Amino acid sequence: MQTARSKIVKPPVTRVGVVGWVRANLFDGWLNAFLTVVTLLVLWKLVPPLVQWALIDSVWNTTGNACRETSGACWSVITANLRFILFGFFPPEAQWRPAAAMLILFALLFVSRERSHWRQWLAYAWVFGLIVMAALMRGGVPGLAPVDYDRWGGLPLTLLLSVFGLAGAYPLGVLLALGRQSKMPAVRLISVIYIELIRGVPLISLLFMGSIILPLFLPEGVTLNKILRAQVVIILFTAAYIAEVVRGGLQGMPQGQYEAAASMGLNYYQTMRLVILPQALKIVIPPTVSILISAFKDTSLVVIIALFDLLKTTQTMLHNPEWMGFSREAYLFVALLYFLGCFWMAQFSRRLERELSTEQG
Amino acid sequence: MAQNFSETPHAMIEIIGVHKWFGDFHVLKGIDLTVQRQERIVICGPSGSGKSTLIRCINRLEAHQRGRICVDGIELTNDIKNIERVRAEVGMVFQHFNLFPHLSILDNLTLGPIWARKTPKKDAEEQALYFLEKVHIADQAAKFPGQLSGGQQQRVAIARSLCMNPKVMLFDEPTSALDPEMIKEVLDVMIELAREGMTMIVVTHEMGFARSVAHRVLFMDDGRIVEGNTPDAFFNNPQHERTRLFLSQILH
Repeated sequence: MQTARSKIVKPPVTRVGVVGWVRANLFDGWLNAFLTVVTLLVLWKLVPPLVQWALIDSVWNTTGNACRETSGACWSVITANLRFILFGFFPPEAQWRPAAAMLILFALLFVSRERSHWRQWLAYAWVFGLIVMAALMRGGVPGLAPVDYDRWGGLPLTLLLSVFGLAGAYPLGVLLALGRQSKMPAVRLISVIYIELIRGVPLISLLFMGSIILPLFLPEGVTLNKILRAQVVIILFTAAYIAEVVRGGLQGMPQGQYEAAASMGLNYYQTMRLVILPQALKIVIPPTVSILISAFKDTSLVVIIALFDLLKTTQTMLHNPEWMGFSREAYLFVALLYFLGCFWMAQFSRRLERELSTEQG
Repeated sequence: MAQNFSETPHAMIEIIGVHKWFGDFHVLKGIDLTVQRQERIVICGPSGSGKSTLIRCINRLEAHQRGRICVDGIELTNDIKNIERVRAEVGMVFQHFNLFPHLSILDNLTLGPIWARKTPKKDAEEQALYFLEKVHIADQAAKFPGQLSGGQQQRVAIARSLCMNPKVMLFDEPTSALDPEMIKEVLDVMIELAREGMTMIVVTHEMGFARSVAHRVLFMDDGRIVEGNTPDAFFNNPQHERTRLFLSQILH
């Protein structure tokens, strides 16, 4: 008994617990010890003043002039102008409408997060939700006064361009990727030309083309509204990038998968839909989400065709003499909103990857 | 083994003067082969001799460029309808199993019947469980291919082919990617299948299997069928020098 007990050797104190963690992670060798000390010094210099500025000395609900008296952050610029930053020129008395539309959108996105919810009822919920959102934004139905597209702006516009941009670009990108691999030369050629042309041109110039050149080719009397044009350009642009990522996934698929499907008598569409795409699209989730995230941020480029997205409304608000000079706070706030959107997408993709990989053992 | 094949107007598989090239490389140099219903044929030969290519031509995973291949009276041409009809009658088992890793074992088995045959889901699942039982693996139906051993995966692949109720089964080196201790479980399943009278063409170097199951053993080399005979005659009295050399190499 005694010999058995004496054989249980405890780990050395310096390997476990707080001391062990600190040693292993912060002071593991001279270089790391040095970097740890430097980092601590920098944090000590940076964090207290930042907290002082952003929280302790900050003002939240005052006028612009009151802000100028303080040394801290002027968050009043946000609180006082929140309505304009978020909704732009939407009629102020009806601002509950875009707010409600966004809440519906967030609710739908939140529910769609769970893969177990991806059933028929969710599709109906989206269709119904989109109709309600359109009615809220556009008006013109009993009880809601019509609102012209020109007055749409701020966060709803950014979300509109992003959500529909991504939802439209993804399937189009997959189709283009399949087209590029097609055995039919014409389909392949068209896909390649499309992808290479779109990728060879900056989004800004495409937006210009969409807003200035495209109307010249439309027949007399036909007008496409500016938001729709921007939306189409964003979809077309993002799809080209998604196509290339998906093509990478398709090329990574072993030949044996195609052969097994063929020998079971599945045709091309069945093979793609049931065997190849589910695997290929899963492989390319990380790069696809990168593209979707950058597409989300690129929607801010629509300012150049004079659409008032979130960034533009913020900028416009800052031209107001009362709030001039508080761009730091305003842009931090907008950055936070963009970050939340991107972070949500990144989280969602990681979760999807995890779920799909545990499922397959 | 008695050779007593049912008399029908046409053979199960008829291959007449088939040539195939990969680019400039002449893989099949005039193959003639007739396979009767319920006949079991083992094809062996050195690697690169064209044996895999030959059986891949039978369900048109590869296209031949000269000669004729008829399966159950249907000639294989570029006509996609004919190709699909032939594929529906011919089951294929691959060296690397080629299960669909994103689908459960059960879904692997029901995919073909549901989509290519339009079998109702419930019937397809019943049938899948029946064949999983036959390959002694019914308890794994809910798992994914990645969770199974190589031998188990290959047995699932055999069951998957059987779910299409094929008239012919092609086996392309079904045991050569397996660890030695798993070869037997797969061969046992194939032997059971043979007992039930399935028409089979098996590319393999498992000579014990060939002896006990095959009606004919063919030796291929350099794109030609060098000789073919009953297992007894083939192993005890090979006619050609190349066959003797090959047998001496693999039987030791």
